Amino acid sequence: MNYVMTVSPDFNTKNVVGWFIFNTWLQKELRSNIHFELFDKFHELHQAIADKKINIVYANPYDAANLIREYGFQALARPLNKTDEALIAVNSDSAIQKVEDLKSGSIIATTDNPDVHMMSMIMVEPADLDKGNITINIKDGYVAVAKELLRGTADAGFFLAETFDELSDVVKSKLRVLVRSQIHVIHHVFLVDKSFAGRNDEITKALMSMSDSDRGNKILSEIGVLKWEKVEEEEVEFMIDLMSTLVS
Amino acid sequence: MRDMMPEDSNGKQGVEHTLSYHDGTSRKVLVQDEELPYPEGKLIVSRTDPKGIITHANQAFVEMSGFKIEELIGTPHYILRHPDMPATAFAGLWDDIIQGRKWSGYVKNLRKDGRYYWVYATVVANIRNGIVVGYTSVRRKPSRTKVNKAKELYKTLK
Repeated sequence: MNYVMTVSPDFNTKNVVGWFIFNTWLQKELRSNIHFELFDKFHELHQAIADKKINIVYANPYDAANLIREYGFQALARPLNKTDEALIAVNSDSAIQKVEDLKSGSIIATTDNPDVHMMSMIMVEPADLDKGNITINIKDGYVAVAKELLRGTADAGFFLAETFDELSDVVKSKLRVLVRSQIHVIHHVFLVDKSFAGRNDEITKALMSMSDSDRGNKILSEIGVLKWEKVEEEEVEFMIDLMSTLVS
Repeated sequence: MRDMMPEDSNGKQGVEHTLSYHDGTSRKVLVQDEELPYPEGKLIVSRTDPKGIITHANQAFVEMSGFKIEELIGTPHYILRHPDMPATAFAGLWDDIIQGRKWSGYVKNLRKDGRYYWVYATVVANIRNGIVVGYTSVRRKPSRTKVNKAKELYKTLK
């Protein structure tokens, strides 16, 4: 059988080559043909999932919930010590000093990342803001979000914290963080679909032993993962329950 | 559950209340009129068994409640109940979550030391293979406007 693997569209662009190498490594480990397909937009990934074209996903937390509960995917691993956090930033010259200073009618620049949207929307609730009284301006990436703030065409930006931290020092010096989430339990998950029934132990073993070799460590480094950690079903169910409290 | 003692609040005088719980138990608390601000960016997370006994508490919960983790685990979640919270404010909570619906509300929580903090709480049932195995409660920073409205409403419900 030929399988299809993808990674969440929030992947760091510097890791693209690494993911192709990872896919080659996985094919050899599993002695299976796995086609690697990347999606630029979340809606493209969601359509591919709905069309049941995907068998392996390194999924962002929001999509992982859907893949597990709606499509029967199984979580095998998570990246060690890596969680998804969001932050809200403004132009450093902005008069907005705290979230509560954001007013109804604010223009918010962000990307189509559903996790960042979910976490950021709860962080603007103290300002009495919701989807009904703000304008969301979706950009292609976080550099474009930062540009909106620098140009003064957005009042605030929602960022994936990890990506914000990797913006250039020049850009960051012109921005100011209002609030950064510290949720600690929302993370990406390595998922497989039912076509892998009976092979889960084999895949898990391959992932867990990846950090035992120099070559494996090099690939891990290139995809921005320190090491894979086995994930228990209940841990992921807990994460999904938690996230369900955050969406309206 | 033991009564609150003056040493819990570093000897500060508090207003004494006796809280009666749905399971027939009661507890004396010494309430301080001092609010602690909600920690920025954090979620206060706990899980309980189907009877409302705490089985998990995250670090933010430990810090904001003032209890040690070992004091929270195994204790009924109503240890957080503040006397200013009318029982009717929680009306519908159990009906909703047992039916698999989310419950949300603005809640004034009591700390171990008698001080308080406001949260926007959401509770969901943890359903595994069709069975409710517990509940997850997630609290986040509330809107002050909504808290003020809740305060006024809760006064009328007492």
